[in-house]
Amino acid sequence: MNTAPVVNFFRRLAALSADQQVSLLFAILFGLLALISIGGLLYSLKDREPDKRRDDNWRQFSRDLKALWFGSIMFWIAWVSGPIGSTLLFGVFSFLILREFVTLMHTVRADHRSLILAFFVVLPLQYLLVGTRRFDLFSVLIPVYGFVAIPVASALAGDPKRYLERNAKIQWGIMVCVYGLSHAPALLLLDVKGYEGRGAFLLFFLVMVVGVGQIVQEVASRSVRSRPVARRISRSFSLRAWWLGLLAAAITGMLLYWITPFKVGQALVMAVVAAGAGTLGGLVMKALKRDAGVIYWGNRSSITGAIGLLDRAAVMCFAAPVFFHSVRWYFKVSL
Amino acid sequence: MSYAADATGLVLASLARLITGTQGHWKGCPPTAQQRIYFANHQSHFDWVLIWAALPRELRATTRPIAARDYWTSSKLKGWLTAAVFNAVYVSRTRTTPDEDPLEPLVDALAGGYSLVIFPEGTRSNKGEPQAFKAGLYHLAQQFPEVELIPTWIDNVQRVMPKGEVVPVPILCTVTFGEPLRLQQGEDKRAFLDRARKAVLAQRPMTEPA
Repeated sequence: MNTAPVVNFFRRLAALSADQQVSLLFAILFGLLALISIGGLLYSLKDREPDKRRDDNWRQFSRDLKALWFGSIMFWIAWVSGPIGSTLLFGVFSFLILREFVTLMHTVRADHRSLILAFFVVLPLQYLLVGTRRFDLFSVLIPVYGFVAIPVASALAGDPKRYLERNAKIQWGIMVCVYGLSHAPALLLLDVKGYEGRGAFLLFFLVMVVGVGQIVQEVASRSVRSRPVARRISRSFSLRAWWLGLLAAAITGMLLYWITPFKVGQALVMAVVAAGAGTLGGLVMKALKRDAGVIYWGNRSSITGAIGLLDRAAVMCFAAPVFFHSVRWYFKVSL
Repeated sequence: MSYAADATGLVLASLARLITGTQGHWKGCPPTAQQRIYFANHQSHFDWVLIWAALPRELRATTRPIAARDYWTSSKLKGWLTAAVFNAVYVSRTRTTPDEDPLEPLVDALAGGYSLVIFPEGTRSNKGEPQAFKAGLYHLAQQFPEVELIPTWIDNVQRVMPKGEVVPVPILCTVTFGEPLRLQQGEDKRAFLDRARKAVLAQRPMTEPA
């Protein structure tokens, strides 16, 4: 087989500037999404007998597709608007999901000051640190300083009732919704040596492997007969489906290695790490939802006015910090 | 209405949206320009703003809140907020003359074709369930049988800004509008008020974990 044209093609790709490569990436991404959406539209126009199982799958698919579109557009906006724009965008996003989280956590009066601290001090500060690339302080602000500050504010409110539980909830909310998600714009701004200005590829890589892993796992858990690991938390989460998801993520990661600073093997490992953190994070989120008594955050019948953003972002909130710190550690990027 | 008042109204509504993501759930009736009395549970000063934000913009101009005259005209800003921005109906909490009817301003507003938002508990309560309703609602229902009475439940707002706090915390709130209630032929005052209170409670969404 003659491989010369392919090699040539990749050479030409490599010769493009970082900006051109990123533009090409977006062109391909939106092109693919448009193709899938058109395909889906045509498929949905076909006349057939109603079938509950297929309709359910179809609904799930449209939901995922919508989330993909939404995510891609966010991603694009984050890229074109530069460091300030992307931190602002993700900051607003963090605010919205933290609001959703807190709503379902049944906070009490004495939590008021701690919540103000979380929403109006910790959150903006974290994103300010991302925007100014102070990654050393950024990675300890919440786990170290926030960890101390929140319970102090709470103790000063003077209500000992369920003190630990209330604080744990707020700490958790900040860790997931603020700390976790803030690593996504951080990836955009992280400068790996010899890879400057291509942070978008790293974020894209992360979103792709996590997304593929998640979707394949969902599909597999519907079609592969297998025992759920923790029935009372998730009826669909089974080890076999999880492995399949990881496998798909690994393959995706390998196929995408050329847009990253990784070699093939590294890309595979990174993909597995990120997708593993994401899918397991999804399971954790499910446990949390069971605890709060909702099926998914955007549950309409629960009338909290929640729009279900947290549902979509949760997986990312777990995958992004793990991925970020793995990359940083491996390439010894100084903070 | 001046531009400044219009703009302030819009800013307040969008602020309320940002903080509480407030959503109107029109469960029992559609949001139409029919003349109505919305009666709701009362937990914070924020309540009125939430209902205001949950109403479609066209309805805001014709829907008026009730404000206590002594408190809400005590400073220029309060007076301007209630009069120019919200077009509030002032009521006096104390009677100056024994035969003064405290409901008279409300009757005038209804006769003028406006919809009203009232909190029949009379005061803010911070325990989950609303207190017993005051009689005003009954008298208005008697005098204006054609006006729809809409039971309304405002959820979560006590967590946004508890009594005594100044900075609101972002927590999602909802406003649920129920089916119109009617005063039945020869219905007793107490029985009607109890029924109205139950109707408000019935709009409460079930979010408590089992």
